[in-house]
Amino acid sequence: MLLIGLVMFALAPLQIAGAPYESTMGLIQKVFYFHVPGWIVMFLAVFVAGISSAVYLFRQKPLADRLAVAAAELAVIFGIIGLTTGPFWARKAWGVWWQWDARLTMALILEMIFCAYLLLRRYGGPGSDKLAAGLALFGMANVPFVYISVNVWRTIHPSTSVVPQLAASAPGMFGPFVWCMVAFLVLFVVMLVARVRLEAQRAEAERLYLVLEEG
Amino acid sequence: MKVPQFSLVFIVCAFLFSAVSGEPVAWGELEQPQEEFVPIDQIPPEDQLPAAPLLIAAYAIVWVVVFAYLWSIWRRLAAVENDLHDLSKRVSGDVKRST
Repeated sequence: MLLIGLVMFALAPLQIAGAPYESTMGLIQKVFYFHVPGWIVMFLAVFVAGISSAVYLFRQKPLADRLAVAAAELAVIFGIIGLTTGPFWARKAWGVWWQWDARLTMALILEMIFCAYLLLRRYGGPGSDKLAAGLALFGMANVPFVYISVNVWRTIHPSTSVVPQLAASAPGMFGPFVWCMVAFLVLFVVMLVARVRLEAQRAEAERLYLVLEEG
Repeated sequence: MKVPQFSLVFIVCAFLFSAVSGEPVAWGELEQPQEEFVPIDQIPPEDQLPAAPLLIAAYAIVWVVVFAYLWSIWRRLAAVENDLHDLSKRVSGDVKRST
């Protein structure tokens, strides 16, 4: 599966090169094919982290906690992709690297919430797992606001209608977009499985340390 | 030598003000603001930014982030599996000694 993801990822630039140019933005619009899937996968990771955290808070299942940590780390990684690719597009299309408008600011806050989650897990000490789970729930609640922010507030960011209408409005762009979306999703699943395995191995190592200390 | 607190605050404020205000510009030198939307291909060449370096930089960052993260997971997994291997040996040694 990792191989499939990497091959799709490696072939993505060829798909993107074949996509038509957008009429007003030209070449720089092609950042879209990595920028949008990056954010969609980031939102997915946030939902996985949020739902797993809720399960961990109310049912105390260790697997849910491992899934939450793994997904939170991936949320930060895909958030970094979204937050770094966006300014390159903005520099050309808007003339500025960054704009403190509703969409960009809320996306940055979402990223910071999950950075705080990881810091809390690493340095929070005993009990930080439950505090972090609460933080992940707040992070998840932030996602709908980030998504609709472009429709509610005045912003220079494109609205949410672009992607749902892409198949009808620009069929030539839809194929490469789906290709990149699938590549990002496959990579997300592979990374999530590997990261959950890492947490499981760490838990097993901790258990063995305790066995040694008690023995 | 002890610098009075008021002087310190004044120096910091002066520094911040000079950093924010930048070079003085005469009123006449300011360009007139753009009144309407101008398509990218109609902008004068001196005002156009080349798109290719920005696009390549964006894609390069994605590649670096993805591969750095995959490498980091692989490295952390290898370290934990080594620890697990050592711990299992030590635990099985302790069990043998106690029996």
